[in-house]
Amino acid sequence: MSYKAKFKVWRGEGGEGKLEDFTVEVNEGEVVLDIIHRLQATQAPDLAVRWNCKAGKCGSCSMEINGKPRLGCMTRMSTFEEDETITVTPMRTFPVIKDLVTDVSYNYQKAREVPSFTPPSGVKPGEYRMKQVDVERSQEFRKCIECFMCNNVCHVIRDHEENKTNFSGPRFLMRIAELDMHPYDVADRQDAAQEEHGLGYCNITKCCTEVCPEHIKITDNALIPMKERVVDRKYDPLVWLGNKIFKRSSSNSK
Amino acid sequence: MENTHNIERHEYDVIVIGAGGAGLRAAIEARQQGKRTAIICKSLFGKAHTVMAEGGAAAAMGNVNSDDNWMVHFRDTMRGGKFLNNWRMAELHAKEAPDRVWELEAWGALFDRTKDGKISQRNFGGHEYPRLAHVGDRTGLELIRTLQQRVVALQQEDYETHGDYEAYIKVFAECTVTRLLKDGDAISGAFGYWRETGNFVLFDAPAVVLATGGIGKSYVVTSNSWEYTGDGHALALLAGANLINMEFIQFHPTGMVWPPSVRGILVTESVRGDGGVLRNSEGKRFMFDYIPEVFKDKYATTEEEGDRWYTDQANNRRPPELLPRDEVARAINAEVKAGRGSPQGGVFLDVSTRLPAEEIKRRLPSMHHQFKELADVDITAEPMQVGPTCHYIMGGVEVDADSGAAAVPGLFAAGEVSGGMHGSNRLGGNSLSDLLVFGRRAGAGAAAYVDGLAARPKVESELVDAALEEALAPLNRSGENPYEVHHELQRTMNELVGIIRKAEEVSEALEAVEKLKERVRMVGAAGSRIYNPGWHLAIDLRNMVLVSECVARAALLREESRGGHTRDDFPGMNPGWRRKLLVCSTADGASVQVEEKLQPSMRDDLITLFDRDELSKYLTDEEMAEFDGIAKS
Repeated sequence: MSYKAKFKVWRGEGGEGKLEDFTVEVNEGEVVLDIIHRLQATQAPDLAVRWNCKAGKCGSCSMEINGKPRLGCMTRMSTFEEDETITVTPMRTFPVIKDLVTDVSYNYQKAREVPSFTPPSGVKPGEYRMKQVDVERSQEFRKCIECFMCNNVCHVIRDHEENKTNFSGPRFLMRIAELDMHPYDVADRQDAAQEEHGLGYCNITKCCTEVCPEHIKITDNALIPMKERVVDRKYDPLVWLGNKIFKRSSSNSK
Repeated sequence: MENTHNIERHEYDVIVIGAGGAGLRAAIEARQQGKRTAIICKSLFGKAHTVMAEGGAAAAMGNVNSDDNWMVHFRDTMRGGKFLNNWRMAELHAKEAPDRVWELEAWGALFDRTKDGKISQRNFGGHEYPRLAHVGDRTGLELIRTLQQRVVALQQEDYETHGDYEAYIKVFAECTVTRLLKDGDAISGAFGYWRETGNFVLFDAPAVVLATGGIGKSYVVTSNSWEYTGDGHALALLAGANLINMEFIQFHPTGMVWPPSVRGILVTESVRGDGGVLRNSEGKRFMFDYIPEVFKDKYATTEEEGDRWYTDQANNRRPPELLPRDEVARAINAEVKAGRGSPQGGVFLDVSTRLPAEEIKRRLPSMHHQFKELADVDITAEPMQVGPTCHYIMGGVEVDADSGAAAVPGLFAAGEVSGGMHGSNRLGGNSLSDLLVFGRRAGAGAAAYVDGLAARPKVESELVDAALEEALAPLNRSGENPYEVHHELQRTMNELVGIIRKAEEVSEALEAVEKLKERVRMVGAAGSRIYNPGWHLAIDLRNMVLVSECVARAALLREESRGGHTRDDFPGMNPGWRRKLLVCSTADGASVQVEEKLQPSMRDDLITLFDRDELSKYLTDEEMAEFDGIAKS
């Protein structure tokens, strides 16, 4: 059952590196992360890789396998031919720290820029009443394990470093949608989604949805509905007028 | 080279080591009480092992069955722990869990709902009523994300007020603490390294909350991640604190058994809570043969009654698949040993014949996903194969129930790294609630301790130099590969101090651990200090061998079987042992001493919550006479 596989693994640190060749044993039922661990234990003890749960629940072992963003722990070796060379590289959109480990601080910075859940004042803990159908939309987005592969694959920032300042990526645009659809959230999030988090950059190519290991329909269920909400408001003359008046009065009161 | 003078240094009021549920809840509390707080974690923020918790958080809210209340929850918890629990902790836990769950909802958590819009609650092993607040089978993820987002919310508040997100609460991610520092008797800080760069970092802080989780990585078959190397247990020991109940390790009855690379990964108890049944190779629901005497009147004796219970709990008893975890794990172990196991060495767990496919996908989405992706098994169409896996350690730092304070001034502990709450066996669902209740209490305890200090303890430079030298040592040696030593330790603990134990084997394990200690002192790590997993493991090994010695020494001394400690040579529960705690400590930092200590008697109003008949199964005659005195008055 066991065989020797050919691997090319990106090794390097400090902005430099190259693909290194390895020949390594593979046993029945193993996943790519097992093979990386075998390399650590037998050939390259300082090979850097992030991982935690090894069950697709924590989103730590994001990497690119033959050029596709994947979780190492959920990519079975049986999906490759035995004579196929498997190339493992770090996520391309984020700066490499070492080997397969990248600096994902961009994501944490963006997370911090999304205003938190804002319940109405006066609802006490224990008094929340919500219907299952009303929480399901946001629950889908809360399945996110923050593997950041959607942000990694999104061409808005994958090939355009300069867009990182103005674009929060599918992960955090989805977070805004999640809060906007939360039955108890009262914050106004639609203008900020467009103006501060770059919703307009998204041209719904659905790359994020395709790579999501949790099979969240990021584009269809979060980004497109969010775009619709923004558009409805922009072109609704009543909403437009209301906004103008509200903005003026709030700026007067300062 | 770095030394005490040029090392990166941070001053905080409270540092929390570990960013799982307990750590985050502790940090939130300390910050809410105005303390400058650091969260230090080995992984990225939001990746802690809490995400693996599937079933739910137990809290007697009474949303599904209004007969539930804290007293029923307290009784279930004590029963589950075979009455060895720290009863004050079990009491606080049962009373406060509902508030802690409701608070999460106010921070944005979205639990599954009942028809009338409240938080839904599910059945679980050992819980008399549906009690677990849950989100499908990914409750741990919801909990960690909510707490993570609460930390961010507090940072946003601080940004508004001080112009700096990190003015009062900062996360030091991918940072490992290797030593706690003391000034005299009291905690003065902690020393560690950045995983990314290998640079050292010094935290100057009068209070430390340990929330580092468990020790599962000392075993081969485990549901735990690489982080579970017993760091907090070892840090506490080395700082002079005590560990209790280290012999009690929970082997979760249902881990995956195939493929080999995922052996041990958890299959949630919700599968059984939602109707899944266990069968052996003969197709028999064998759990009916394993109902222990103490639980005889609480569990169904026929399949028909067990099945009726899912829809009518008032008139039927629960099926024995929902016995506490220790009972189910032993039963599976026995079936496999008797040759009635599944082809891949487990037993069958079947939900496919019990619920419609759509219902399974709705209630157990991540189990459906996990088996599909990792084992190519469709759980809506065929049974799973499962077997016991090292899951949780009941033992940990001996703490004051109300404040989480350890014996060392300034040291606190919460969650899995603390001991006492769960006695000899933890009920499913009591972990997430434990994290919230005692995380908050430890954060508050640390804040109050800092308020009461007359002067801030100082960081002694000699201790920092020693910690620095210790951490660098593996890089300067060309010794054995640390992965080899780690595998040897895992095999030793798995085979000799596993689910079923006997004196000769545990003694053999102790000899092996002694030899491994020598090898740990000699391991070398090739490569640089930048993100070097070999070096990190070499450092973690010190903790793993120390904690493994605690487990083995306590396991050898306790000559009875109770909860997560089963002795083949002492098969019964012995009431004489019930109140005895085994307390581990180290004088020289290298070898472990164990002493017996008596646990205080349960408070009168708590012990009288139980029937005399039930107590008589656990208590000594002397204790029963005492109880009769209390009951009369």
